[in-house]
Amino acid sequence: MKPPPFTYHAPETLDEALDALARAGDDGKVLAGGQSLIPLLNMRLAAPGHLIDINRVTELDTVEVTPEGVWAGALARHARVERSDEAAAVQPLLRAALRHVAHPVVRNRGTVVGSLAHADPAAELPAVLAVLGGSVEAASSRGRRTVPAAEFFAGPLESSLRRGELAVRAFFPALPERSGAAFAEVSRRHGDYAMAGAAAVVALDDDQRVCSARVAYLSIAATPLVLDLTASLDRRPPVTCDWAAAAGYARDHIDPDGDIHATAAYRRHLAGVLTERTLRAAAQEAL
Amino acid sequence: MHEITMTVNGVPRTASAEARRLLSDFLRHDLGLTGTHVGCEHGVCGCCTVLLDGEPVRSCLMFAVTAAGHELTTVEGLGDAGGMSPVQRAFQECHGLQCGFCTPGFLCTVTAFLRENPRPGDDEVIEAVSGNLCRCTGYQNILKAVHRAAVLIAEEDAQ
Ligand SMILES: Cc1cc2nc3c(=O)[nH]c(=O)nc-3n(C[C@H](O)[C@H](O)[C@H](O)COP(=O)(O)OP(=O)(O)OC[C@H]3O[C@@H](n4cnc5c(N)ncnc54)[C@H](O)[C@@H]3O)c2cc1C
Repeated sequence: MKPPPFTYHAPETLDEALDALARAGDDGKVLAGGQSLIPLLNMRLAAPGHLIDINRVTELDTVEVTPEGVWAGALARHARVERSDEAAAVQPLLRAALRHVAHPVVRNRGTVVGSLAHADPAAELPAVLAVLGGSVEAASSRGRRTVPAAEFFAGPLESSLRRGELAVRAFFPALPERSGAAFAEVSRRHGDYAMAGAAAVVALDDDQRVCSARVAYLSIAATPLVLDLTASLDRRPPVTCDWAAAAGYARDHIDPDGDIHATAAYRRHLAGVLTERTLRAAAQEAL
Repeated sequence: MHEITMTVNGVPRTASAEARRLLSDFLRHDLGLTGTHVGCEHGVCGCCTVLLDGEPVRSCLMFAVTAAGHELTTVEGLGDAGGMSPVQRAFQECHGLQCGFCTPGFLCTVTAFLRENPRPGDDEVIEAVSGNLCRCTGYQNILKAVHRAAVLIAEEDAQ
């Protein structure tokens, strides 16, 4: 196989990258880990005129962990973030979800930010960003802006990045006090894209009762779908929570599509099972 | 065309190629190193796995221009003048291969894995090779070979 021809740009600084991206206009694409883009090129499903390879832009190769959360720079590979004990301590959902992203060898090249920019509805990290209410910082030669997760995912394989914009880093907020998180998915084989998946965050109040329960689903809608299940849990302590009620609410509030991998009815069923499973585990973590 | 130089198996190599040249094709066609096999060309089968600065990567999902300036190890570079590497010997001993098409990818993946995790458990071994497909062996002998390689490496290190 041979990808279609393109003009190759190898910037060494962010400014050079933004400049090349601005000049390429609609015909330019960022090349990060290449683990999604190069398959598309190999299969000739995409044919950008210009590729801006950011692999030499070392200033983007950062993982910053603060008490507020984890900042992943555009060159932070999945494997690096997955291995970071500091990141896992502040936001355990990252490592939990990254273990389901492809296989270890693919995670050596693929980037966290690239996965968000690719905006695959079956991908794990967009759901993680969505349930945490994180954000993506976008830069162009004209300036910078912060895009909240709720606005970042526009459709299947479509982010809200504008022409000439590069996602420079993503912010995954820390888990607050008395909160827990959990991730689970069902796929045909470990490492495959999931037929359905869920990322849950549960918070408890001073009396150890569930005061917030949010779940983001992957492979259920065109973009990561976040449901607030707090009301369905009736502000009880985790041991007496009716998790099945939350699962029922979730099943009634999603409208998945069927495809070659799973029927719509099976996806709805899985979403219910995963809702219960992740909420229970997240509440356990919060205690 | 781009002049592309990288260190392959310890030797600096240069060839010119288009930007769209995949690293897998660059190794095979431009450098004549046909040990790296090309299967699916979308990252699923793992046959083309090579070591980039010591880390396993899919050479079909990287452009040769991106790899310029880096250190690569292919299956041809795993052994040395003394013979095959412990991982290669273990695969031979345990019948971890039949047709051999997937073997270079497994060998590179496992070599890096055992460097990072010299005494792996069964589940860790399964996870480590989960991204490599083999249509002959049924995997059981490959898993045995990984454990055997860990023993051989430990013995070699002890000497
Ligand atoms: C066999 C295989 C299995 C996989 N399984 C999974 C899986 O189960 N779950 C999963 O989530 N992913 C999976 N992936 C995809 C993998 O996670 C990719 O690494 C990820 O989706 C894209 O990251 P990348 O850095 O490789 O991006 P690239 O492939 O380089 O780019 C992808 C897209 O994002 C754009 N882009 C990348 N970075 C930026 C940036 N900083 N600013 C603006 N645009 C940018 C590119 O222009 C391109 O359109 C799999 C890949 C393979 C090969």
